Amino acid sequence: MTFDRRTFLGSAAITAGLLAAPMVRAQGKPRVVIVGGGAGGATAARYIAKDSNGEIDVTLVEPTRTYYTCFFSNLYLGGFRSMQSLGHSYGTLAAEYGINVVHDWAVGVDRDAKTVTLAGGASLPYDRLILSPGIDFVDGAVEGWDLSAQNAMPHAYKAGSQTELLKAQIMAMPQGGTYAMVAPPNPYRCPPGPYERVSMVAHLLKQTNPTAKILIADPKENFSKQGLFEEGWNDKYAGMVERIGPDFGGADVAVDPAAMTLSIDGDVNNVDVCNVIPAMKAGRIAEIAGITDGNWAPVNAADMSSKMDDSIHVLGDAAAQGDMPKSGFSANSQAKVCANAVRGALTGSTVFPARFANTCWSLIDTNDGVKVGATYEATDEKIAKVDGFVSQTGESDDVREATYQESIGWYEGITADMFG
Amino acid sequence: MRGRLAFLVFVSIAGLAYGEVGGDPENGERLFNQCSGCHQVGQGAVDRIGPHLNNIFDRKAGAAEGYRYSDSLQRAAAGGLTWNYESLDSFVENPSMLVSRTRMSFRGLSDQQDRDDLLAYLRQFSASPENIPEAAPTAAAVDHEVAPEILAIVGDPAYGEYLSGECTSCHQVSGAGDGIPSITNWPIDDFVTAMHAYKTGVRTHPVMQMMAGRLSDEEIAALAAYFESIQ
Repeated sequence: MTFDRRTFLGSAAITAGLLAAPMVRAQGKPRVVIVGGGAGGATAARYIAKDSNGEIDVTLVEPTRTYYTCFFSNLYLGGFRSMQSLGHSYGTLAAEYGINVVHDWAVGVDRDAKTVTLAGGASLPYDRLILSPGIDFVDGAVEGWDLSAQNAMPHAYKAGSQTELLKAQIMAMPQGGTYAMVAPPNPYRCPPGPYERVSMVAHLLKQTNPTAKILIADPKENFSKQGLFEEGWNDKYAGMVERIGPDFGGADVAVDPAAMTLSIDGDVNNVDVCNVIPAMKAGRIAEIAGITDGNWAPVNAADMSSKMDDSIHVLGDAAAQGDMPKSGFSANSQAKVCANAVRGALTGSTVFPARFANTCWSLIDTNDGVKVGATYEATDEKIAKVDGFVSQTGESDDVREATYQESIGWYEGITADMFG
Repeated sequence: MRGRLAFLVFVSIAGLAYGEVGGDPENGERLFNQCSGCHQVGQGAVDRIGPHLNNIFDRKAGAAEGYRYSDSLQRAAAGGLTWNYESLDSFVENPSMLVSRTRMSFRGLSDQQDRDDLLAYLRQFSASPENIPEAAPTAAAVDHEVAPEILAIVGDPAYGEYLSGECTSCHQVSGAGDGIPSITNWPIDDFVTAMHAYKTGVRTHPVMQMMAGRLSDEEIAALAAYFESIQ
C-alpha cells in the first residue's frame, strides 16, 4: 500500500485510538526504539523525547559512546579540525531529554513480536522502530578488497579510527609518493565527500609533500560540484590531481593490499596510500529486518515509514527515498518529519505535512568553501526536489570565505540539533 | 592633479544625467539633516555614530576603515553586499529589510522622490557614480516594505515550532551564532521583514532565498511567533 499525506493523516488519528490499549499496559507508554545514533537517529530521538513531554518512552541503541561525525572528517585530514572536535557524547540526550541510551549493537528484529535483539542479549519491545543505521559496504565491490583489508587500505568513510589511520598513512608517504582513491559508484553517502577529501589531502600534501601525486579511479562520468572542485584543483593544486573516469577504465579496478597496488583497466600502479571507498548499501540491520529491496530500504516520503512494514521507519543514508542526497543534513531533516509523524501516530498530536531540505558545504582550500542545496517535498512516489542552488565558479574570495564560515556555523547548529 | 580634475568633470556630467531621472541634490542636502546626527559626508568627514559616507557608491558594505560595524552588517558584507543605487535605496527606505539589527537606528524614508534626492546628494561625494542613473527607474519599482496586512498576520507558534526544524539544522535555538546568525528572540516584525526580504530577493543569500521562497505568509508568521517566544 502507499500512503499519501491525507490517508496518512487519517490513519494517524485511527492509530492513536487503537493505541489506547498499549497505553494502559503495565509500562504505560508507547515505546519507540531507535537504532543508530547519528544525524538521523539522534535527531529523531531528541525530537520525539522533547516534543512528547514524557508521553513516549524513547530508547536509542548506538554501539559507540563517542560519536564522530562523518561530516567535517575530511577537514581533520586537511588539518582544519581536530578529531576531538568531531566527537560527541550522548550524555545530554540521556540526562536532559530522558532518552534511554543503550550502547550495544542491534543484531535482530522480530517484526511479528515487535522486538529488537541486542548483541548483549537484551530484547527491546517497540511500538515504532526507527532504523538509522547509515551505510555498510557491498561485498566484492572492489576486486581484492574486503573489510579485512581496511587497515592496509582504509575506506575512512565511517569517521573515527579509520580517518585517523588514513591521515597517519598520508603523513608517512615518501616524498613524491602517490595517494590513490577508489571512488564509489552512485548512490553513496555524501556525494561531494570523496572530492572534498581529495581537496583536503591535496591541501595537506602541498605543505608536507609537495611533489606527491593524487590518483583517483572513478566509475562515475560526473560527480557533485564537479566544476567547482576541478576549478579549485587547477587553481590551488596544479598538476597534483589526476582523475581517471569510466572512459579510461576508472570503473575497472582491482587492488592488492599486500603489494600496495591499484590496477586501473589492467594497468598496475604502485601506490603509497590506497583509500578504497567501495559501493555502499544500507547498514546491515535494515537487511536483517527484511525491509531492503536491493541495497537500500524503500520508504514512503510522507513519514519515512518502510514500504514493507509501517511500524518501521528508515532515516538517512539507508533509505531509498527519491531525490535527496545521502547526507547528514538530509538525515537530520528526515528525522524531524519522521518524529512528527511518529508522535502523531502514538499520541494523537498534530501531524504537519512533510517538508525536507538539504545543504552540503565542502572545503576546497583555506577559506575556500562551496555549497549546494535544495528543498524537497513528499509526493506519493518519493521525496521530490522543489528548488535548489549551487555555488558558482569564479566567486570572489570574500564569498568563499563567508561560505566556509557559514559551514562552521552549520556544524555547530546541526550537532546541537542532534545531541542537544 | 590631473586625476583630480578629471574626477571633478566626471562627477558633474554624471550629476547632470542623474538629475534627469529625478534626483534633486539640493533637496537631498536638506533631507540629509535627518542623517547628520550620525553620519558625516564631504571634505574631512569622519566616522561618528555611523560611518562616513564619502565614496559610499560602489563601496563594499562594512568597508569604512576603523568603524566598528555590527556583526549583522559585517556578515552581510562578507556575503557580498555592496552599496549601489539599489541596495542604498532599499537600506534608506527600510534599514531592517536589507540587514536586520545593524547600528542604523532609522525608521526609513518611505517617499521614493525623497530617496532619489538624498541619493543624488550623497552621490556627489562618490568617485564612481556612473552605475547609478540607469538603475534608478527600474529600482524604484522594487517594494522594500512589507505590507501591513502581512505584518498583521498572527502566527501559530505550534506550527512554527514544527517548521523551525528547517531552521535549526543551521541556526542554534540557544542563540549562539558564529558563522550563522542567531534567530532566537527576534521581534516578530523584524523576523517577518527579514524573511520577506529573502523571499522577494532584496536579500541575496542563496540558502535563505531558497528556504524563504517556499514559505507562505502564514508560515513566516508562524515561525516568527515561535522564535520570538523561545525562552
